[in-house]
Amino acid sequence: MNRANLLGLQILVGVASLVIWHLLTTVPVIDGKPLLPPFFFSTPLDVLERTWKDFASGEIWRHLGITLLETVLAFAIGAGAGIVVGFAFARRALLAAVFDPYVKAANALPRVVLAPIFALWFGLGIWSKVALGFTLVFFIVFFNVYQGVKEVSPTVLANARMLGMNEKQLMRHVYWPAALTWMFSSLHTSVGFALIGAVVGEYLGSAAGLGYKIHEAESVFDVTGVFSGMLVLAIFVILLDWFVTMIENRLLVWRPDTAARTT
Amino acid sequence: MAATTAQLASVAATTRPAVHLRGVDITFVLKDGATHRAVHGIDLAVKPGEFVAIVGPTGCGKSTLLNAAAGLLKPSAGQVEIDGAALSGLNAKAGYLFQADALMPWKTAVDNVAVALEPQGVPRAEALRRAREWLARVGLKGFADRYPHMLSGGQRKRVALAQMLIRDPQILLMDEPFGPLDAQTRQIMGNLLLDLWAANKKAVLFVTHDLEEAIALADRVVVMSAGPAAGIVGDYTVTLPRPRDIAEIRTEPAFHDIHKAIWATLRVEVQKAYAQGENLPVTGVQP
Repeated sequence: MNRANLLGLQILVGVASLVIWHLLTTVPVIDGKPLLPPFFFSTPLDVLERTWKDFASGEIWRHLGITLLETVLAFAIGAGAGIVVGFAFARRALLAAVFDPYVKAANALPRVVLAPIFALWFGLGIWSKVALGFTLVFFIVFFNVYQGVKEVSPTVLANARMLGMNEKQLMRHVYWPAALTWMFSSLHTSVGFALIGAVVGEYLGSAAGLGYKIHEAESVFDVTGVFSGMLVLAIFVILLDWFVTMIENRLLVWRPDTAARTT
Repeated sequence: MAATTAQLASVAATTRPAVHLRGVDITFVLKDGATHRAVHGIDLAVKPGEFVAIVGPTGCGKSTLLNAAAGLLKPSAGQVEIDGAALSGLNAKAGYLFQADALMPWKTAVDNVAVALEPQGVPRAEALRRAREWLARVGLKGFADRYPHMLSGGQRKRVALAQMLIRDPQILLMDEPFGPLDAQTRQIMGNLLLDLWAANKKAVLFVTHDLEEAIALADRVVVMSAGPAAGIVGDYTVTLPRPRDIAEIRTEPAFHDIHKAIWATLRVEVQKAYAQGENLPVTGVQP
């Protein structure tokens, strides 16, 4: 299957779904009414029109900007803390052993229950959303860095030590790159979770952002607005994922699979 | 030939061994608390500039012994002496060539070699220049910027060899380094190793399960018994002339004679190991 054919099929699936949606919500069947009432299901054309209007008026950009800012902050702070704690736990066995049950318990907690607490602590601005995203990103990065440092090939490590490397040099040339590899392998997941934290946080209480937009539309039964919000969110996620893939290919050029893709 | 004789004379004049294992015992404590004595009562001295190969059945503790000489493993009893001084911690005078891939996969070939000079405080530009020289010396001139996964097994071994030798260690420890390679590549690598070694003779401790490889490379072949508590059961001097060609030397009558003599000892140990049911026979069949 070549690229052009694959892209064609991918587009076909999208167009077909839209056409089915359109037909079901606009073509009258029973008593001159369509099978799916547009009040509950909207129509693809309405959704596209609304989305276009939002972009044209410039109103959506502010919400997008807020959500992006929250996502980036949640990711940056969560990943930073995850790296530091992951390293510390991997290099200090006692620390890991003592905190193990607490880390597991904290990670098992559904984050949604924390959202109201964070709203109380950090207010309805961006920081309560960043905090929610943080709790999601931190654990993913933490577990990956911990594994990455723990599972450095013993041969590579012994070899580096035989070359005379001290602890600092081992950190720089062996542990750090190994941990980064694992972190980057989870980059898609952690960036996705940063976004989920932001949007869920906005949805549960805020005054701006994509989650707020969707929530606002829902509260007045504006189904077109909800679908339009989801459409924007979907496009946003695809662009973000594409960006992450680009960074990944650049940084992990030494890895067999990514190299095969770039050459 | 004259140079070789002179070197032999100088080796004989030096009394202090480069590596000296004295009554070394290595016992592992297993997870269930039981103990496993891998090697027992090992006395082995390697003179400066001498190439010693250790052969023995699979699982007899050859690699364990090498790790003790490297300082990666502390003997349970006895001691390791390097240039007459007891070893504690890692052996800074030794380079180690591992059987498995030991290169940093996130560094290019030239970076992998250059990084070996960092602990000595060599400036990076200088280190890179010397690394490129070494890559050329091991026949990898055009491959400096490749990552390990873009290189073949033999090429990775060449990079590892350059990485070890660039530091100019006085002792070379090699743990079945050419084990994972195919037969032709092994011969080429063996000849490369002999060339580099002849240019600047170091004390070498070379572990292998391949008796033919051991004889073709070494000045001395040491035979270990089947484990557990393996010891040295044979010590043979290989008098074949140098320089040698690994592929051609196997056809010489003298090679057959020494092979026959060592194999007589080794075969008994291999059969013992095989009888224990957990080990496969070594490669190195009767010619």
